[in-house]
Amino acid sequence: MKCKGHMSKRSSRRDFITRSAATTATTATGLAAPNGETSNGAHIPALKTAHTTKTNSICPYCAVGCSVTIHTIGDKARNVKPHIVHIEGDPESPVNRGTLCPKGASLEEFVQSDRRLTKVRHRAAGAKEWTDLTWEEAIPMMASRIKASRDKGFVEKDEKGRTVNRLGNVAMIGGCTDTNEINYLLSKFRFSLGLLAYENQSRL
Amino acid sequence: MIVAKLIDTTLCIGCKACEVACQEWNDQEYTLGTFDGSYQTMPDLAPNFWNLIKFNEVEKNGGTSWLMSKYQCMHCADAGCIAACPAPGAIVQLANGTVDFAHDNCIGCGYCITGCPFDVPKLSPTTKKVYKCTLCSDRTAVGLEPACIKTCPTNCLTFGERDEMIRVADIRTRELKADGFKDAGVYNPQGVGGTNVIYVLNDVKQPESYGLPKDPVIPWTVQLWKGPMKVLGTLAFVGAILGAFFHFVIYGPQDPEVHGHDEE
Repeated sequence: MKCKGHMSKRSSRRDFITRSAATTATTATGLAAPNGETSNGAHIPALKTAHTTKTNSICPYCAVGCSVTIHTIGDKARNVKPHIVHIEGDPESPVNRGTLCPKGASLEEFVQSDRRLTKVRHRAAGAKEWTDLTWEEAIPMMASRIKASRDKGFVEKDEKGRTVNRLGNVAMIGGCTDTNEINYLLSKFRFSLGLLAYENQSRL
Repeated sequence: MIVAKLIDTTLCIGCKACEVACQEWNDQEYTLGTFDGSYQTMPDLAPNFWNLIKFNEVEKNGGTSWLMSKYQCMHCADAGCIAACPAPGAIVQLANGTVDFAHDNCIGCGYCITGCPFDVPKLSPTTKKVYKCTLCSDRTAVGLEPACIKTCPTNCLTFGERDEMIRVADIRTRELKADGFKDAGVYNPQGVGGTNVIYVLNDVKQPESYGLPKDPVIPWTVQLWKGPMKVLGTLAFVGAILGAFFHFVIYGPQDPEVHGHDEE
C-alpha cells in the first residue's frame, strides 16, 4: 500500500514541465546577474555632515592655530541638544587650508570619547594602582604639598645677596586645551609662587 | 570622471593624520593595538581600520632607509575582489572608479580576500561581512575629497581626476630624478588594469621595500573559477536539467511496481 501512497504524490507531467521551466529561468537569472557593474551608488550612506550646524573654531593644541569646523547635529532649534558628529579642518583658513595633524584630526574624541578622564586620579607614592579622588579631597592635598615644598625650597636671596624670590623645587605643567582665562590664572598663580619650571602640554 | 588618490611617499612624514581622519570620518570603534617594536599603528589592516601607514625599515647601501607607505584599498580598475565575488551587487564599481562594498548584499564568504592581490579586505568576526576603504564614497558622491586626503599636512596625499594625478606624478618623478633618485617612478600596476591609488616611489624597481607587490595580478584560481570553470559549470548545470527533463519526457516516470523494487 505504501506504493500507492507514493504514486499518488508523484507529480504529473504538466507539473514537472512547469516546475523545471521555472527553475531553469531562476537559475539563468542568477547566473546572468551583474556583479561589479557600474553602480548607481544606492548603497552609499548619506553625508553625515550634510545638514549639520557648522561652527568654526581653532584647534586647542599647539601654537600653529589651525582652524577647524565643528559639525553638530540639529539646526540650533530650541528643543535640540547639540551633539558633535564630526570635526575637521577649515579650508577657508590660510593657516592650515583644511589640513590637520593627527592630534587635531582626533578632536571629536577630545570632546566626547568615553575614554576621556573626567575625575581626579591619584597614585600614592609606592602604589601600583590609581584611585579616584574628589576635587574636595584633591585641592587641599595639592595645596598642602605645594606649601610644604615651597617652605623647604623657596629662595629669597641668592648667594650674592640679590633678591630673587624663586621656587626651584616645584614644577607646573598646563593643559593645552585649557581656555585663555584658565591659562591667564595659571600664569598669575605661578608668578605668585615664584615657580620657574613651567611648561605647557601642547607640544607633547 | 575617474578620480584617483596620489600618494607621494617621498613627502610622507609618518604623522598618521590620515589614519585618524579615516577612523573619525567613518566612526570606527577604538581597538587597542599591540606594540611590536615598530612605530606602525598595527601590523595589518583590520575590519575597522582601513588605512595604515607602513613604517618599512630597509637596509640599503650600508644604511637604513625608513620608507613610509600608505596601505589601503587600491581601487583597481580591474579588481580581483569583484572578479572573485559570487554575491550579485555586493562589490560594485562606481562611475568615478571607486570599488565599493554594498554590505546589504555581502554574504561574508570572504572570496574577495582571496581575489585581492594586495590583501586588503578584512572579514569582521562580529558582523561576518567584509570591510575596506570606501574612498569615502559618501564624500566623493557630493564632490568632496576623501577624509585622509583632506587632512594630510605635508601635501603627500592629493586627490583629483585620474589623468591629472598621473601628470602630477610624472612631474614629481622628474623632480626626484633631478635630485638624484635615478630609480624614482610611478607605481600604477598594470596587472590589475591600473589602480586609482597611485604612488610616487623613490625606487620603483623595488616596490616590495614599500610593502607593495611588484607585479600584482588577480590569482589564477579566481580567474579559472570565474572564467572557464564558470562556463563549464553553467553548461553542466543546464545540461543536467535538460537531461532530466528530456529523460522524463521520453521515458516517463520510473514506476517501482513495474521494476519490482517494491518495498513490501
